[in-house]
Amino acid sequence: MSALLNLSRAWSGRALVVAVPILWLGLFFALPFLVVAKISLSELAIAMPPYLPLAEWADGALNIVLNFGNYLFLLSDGLYIAAYLESLKIAAISTLFTLLIGYPMAYVIAMARPDRRNLLLMLVVLPFWTSFLLRVYAWIGFLKSNGIINNMLMALGITDAPLQLIQTDFAVYIGITYTYLPFMILPLYANLSRLDRSHLEAAADLGARPLTTFLTVTLPQSAGGIVAGCMLVFIPAVGEFVIPALLGGPDTLMIGRVLWDEFFSNRDWPVASAVAVVMLLVLIGPILLLRRAQAREEG
Amino acid sequence: MTKLIWTAGAFAALATPLAAQGELNVYNWSDYVAEDTISGFEEKTGIEVNYDVFDSNEVLEAKMLTGSTGYDVVVPSIEFMARQAQAGVFAEIDKEALSNYGNLDPEILEVVAVNDPGNTYGVPYMMFTTGIGYDVNKVSERIEADKIGSWDMVFDSETAAKLADCGITMLDSPSEMVAPALNYLGLDPNSEDADDLEQAKELLLSIRPHVRYFHSSQYINDLANGEVCVSVGYSGDLLQARDRAAEADQGIEIAYAIPREGAQVGFDMLAIPADAPNPEAALQFIDHILEPEVSAAITNYVYFANPNTAATEHVDAEVREDPGIYPPDETRAKLFSLKPHGARFDRSLTRAWTEIKTGR
Repeated sequence: MSALLNLSRAWSGRALVVAVPILWLGLFFALPFLVVAKISLSELAIAMPPYLPLAEWADGALNIVLNFGNYLFLLSDGLYIAAYLESLKIAAISTLFTLLIGYPMAYVIAMARPDRRNLLLMLVVLPFWTSFLLRVYAWIGFLKSNGIINNMLMALGITDAPLQLIQTDFAVYIGITYTYLPFMILPLYANLSRLDRSHLEAAADLGARPLTTFLTVTLPQSAGGIVAGCMLVFIPAVGEFVIPALLGGPDTLMIGRVLWDEFFSNRDWPVASAVAVVMLLVLIGPILLLRRAQAREEG
Repeated sequence: MTKLIWTAGAFAALATPLAAQGELNVYNWSDYVAEDTISGFEEKTGIEVNYDVFDSNEVLEAKMLTGSTGYDVVVPSIEFMARQAQAGVFAEIDKEALSNYGNLDPEILEVVAVNDPGNTYGVPYMMFTTGIGYDVNKVSERIEADKIGSWDMVFDSETAAKLADCGITMLDSPSEMVAPALNYLGLDPNSEDADDLEQAKELLLSIRPHVRYFHSSQYINDLANGEVCVSVGYSGDLLQARDRAAEADQGIEIAYAIPREGAQVGFDMLAIPADAPNPEAALQFIDHILEPEVSAAITNYVYFANPNTAATEHVDAEVREDPGIYPPDETRAKLFSLKPHGARFDRSLTRAWTEIKTGR
């Protein structure tokens, strides 16, 4: 009898622990996602809100009309596919830049004297103390025609006329690389700081040069950190809206901007929702990759 | 500053103001009141005003159709207001509560009644034309004099190419850019015909490589600072750019032209959302705007003409006589106004616009 009671108590305790995150996910992820999925299957209308309801009671019968036309529209129109591909390209190139800049920084921090590490890490996180929007705005000041960079180039006599830096894809790469850099450095640092130094000493003892040691010992062991950092940058960068809107040109085609345009400029909620659902599907691959990298890190 | 206002507008779209007793939430276009319009109302009534701004009808409409915006007074253009009224967005205006309603020009009330039968949902706030603002020196260095003051400046690809290096900008609004393109092609600016839209799209795509950007408020500062040299924009905004350039005294001279082929005339309307938390204060605010001195002060400050007959005597002579603000009769004959679109045409229009903007 008492054994049974203990068992049920243990079970309810475990259920409670699991229930909290599940409830959280359900409330803040699954439910909003279902709402978006529902709108993506409805039809555009001049109403408040601007779409027709999916289900209607008519003559005592429940009529459900699912409209897959919004998805067909996305597929039939080259613009959306181009926007997804362009977003993936811009996110991938920016991720590569953050990796090239972030890896050496994470490496130096991980190899620094332990009492200095905290200071260096704080310097990485410090930009978060100001608003993301202001930091992107600051880049407008750097990049615009009569901005700091152009004025400097002209004062040094490198160029005669101002270069068109802002409103280009290049400015978007800079913006993403700059704002997402900490997300690359932190997981890489976490990985590199756990690197067993005796492996490096062993490699040196066996006659490996520093470069060989790095390529054959350090780099493979930090693969988990590289994947985690890359995905933490890549996944949010694909859906980025603010950076392309402020720094990109009118022809910088990113899915976050298309989504904004569909929702705000075109007031087409059903198509905007379909764009969002498809974006999630596109990101499932990279998300699974991130999960595997994390599982390997832990195991 | 306009850039900051733009962001404030774009991101205010994501925030919802909280309304309490004795508070009034106003959502208006950027740079669209005089310095003392709001403070004057607050002093007179003791009502605290939260003032937010936007820079496109489309953004306002997205918010209105979502509902529960918390705003008491919003300022859509007439053709957008007509459609939103169909969706049940607005409350009827209680004209009895507006002691200054009689100040409004009956002719203008008649014109806007085509879109708002019986003037039920809106009170006209300001009138504007959508024309071309340009940097006089840079433009006359680059193109022949007879092209200046014509839509050729932006719609003729040969002329636009000559101006591309100093910067052409256009409004980020499908309805307000496609209509003048249709008009330039000799077609009905309100056409919903697919072939007509295709022709307008081809025209805009042909000059697309020469356009620096599409934005509905940034051009005010950029034109005044010399960052760009030709902007399609709203009359009052472009005239403000002219003044800012003159104040800065950097040798930049800006002029505004209502192109001779004809241009859009628009009306922005004061309207009260059906779910406004404080409709009484909203009516008080509208009545305050209709005071002749208040309307005149706004016109003197923002250079948009008001529809308030009693206000005209308080408007500065130089503003009243400016053909860009109060166009003369022969220009007026060429002006056209927009009608609301059907939902189906709207999707093709915005879709064409995305293609034009991205150039693909």
